[in-house]
Amino acid sequence: MIFFRKLWLCLLVIWAPACFAQQVRVIKFNQLSQLLSTRNDTTLIVNFWATWCKPCVEELPYFETLQARHARNKVKVVLVSLDFKSQLEKKVKPFLSKTGIRTPQVVLLDETDPGQWMEKVAPSWSGALPFTLFIHRKKGRKDYEKPFTLAELEAELRPYIK
Amino acid sequence: MKRTIMLGVMSALLFATFGFLPPAEGYQPGDRAMPFKYRNKQGQLVALRDNVSAKGYIIVFTCNTCPVAQAYEQRVLDLDKQFASKGFPVIAINPNDSGRSWGDSYEDMKERAIEKKYTFPYLVDANQELARTYGARHTPTVYVVQRQGNSFIVRFTGAIDNNMEDGSQATKKYVQDAVNALLENKPVAIPTTKAIGCSIKWKNG
Repeated sequence: MIFFRKLWLCLLVIWAPACFAQQVRVIKFNQLSQLLSTRNDTTLIVNFWATWCKPCVEELPYFETLQARHARNKVKVVLVSLDFKSQLEKKVKPFLSKTGIRTPQVVLLDETDPGQWMEKVAPSWSGALPFTLFIHRKKGRKDYEKPFTLAELEAELRPYIK
Repeated sequence: MKRTIMLGVMSALLFATFGFLPPAEGYQPGDRAMPFKYRNKQGQLVALRDNVSAKGYIIVFTCNTCPVAQAYEQRVLDLDKQFASKGFPVIAINPNDSGRSWGDSYEDMKERAIEKKYTFPYLVDANQELARTYGARHTPTVYVVQRQGNSFIVRFTGAIDNNMEDGSQATKKYVQDAVNALLENKPVAIPTTKAIGCSIKWKNG
């Protein structure tokens, strides 16, 4: 019985990434803010991007790599697409499958009025993309309005996973 | 002695502040806007203040290539149509470095202005001085300025309205409301808003 349960769990773990490969949850801001208020000791890396933002698209694979490398260091990457909801099937999903982004969680923020929520994410954010947050319950919160290289991301992450 | 130490600390602090902070915040409502010249419909190079019929301007940092700017393009045309005759014409400025932003060259801009029948000047911010001074960080970003003698005072900065995708669904039309208030000599109720956009492609950045 226990054996079967384990087998089932293994299968679930092995297949989960494949099964849920390009799933994109469409969320409202209150759901996003729940996501941002991490209560355990996971380091949350939240990247705001859009398929139309060239520097975002260029750095997205680095977040994929970062998540894959550091999953066991309690690092969780969330990619928040700011594409229009109408572009979900047309642009966002095809883009994700084309570029092979499958490890981080991807959500699409369905909010049309940035004035209502941007300030709550980070008062310093001008609205330019890409925008990235590092959040840890004890180590605090940092935000960056700039694109990253993989090496820069690793360097930023280091103090969080020490 | 104490004083010199204090000064030492102060200057070190200032140095640190200047050395590590991102670019200055840019214009806030109430600031005097840096003047510039543009070519009018007759092809003459004129300064902002030379256009005597202008009570102010709707200055839009925008570009050819950003999908958000494209989504707002018709709304910018509509603003000019609505307000140019009332003394607040639109001036569009493209701050992107054309070397880094394919599709934002002077030729591309000219083409788009003709194709989309721009009724307003569409300027190249070649050395990006205007965008840096005004504090625009992404396209589209709007500055509404109001004449005060020969200078122009920033009265609004931010987004055109509160629905990026569909203007007809917008419940707040920030720029329209701001200009209407100025035309009635009233203070602008919402003088600054935030908006999502494409980061400006800076030179060597």
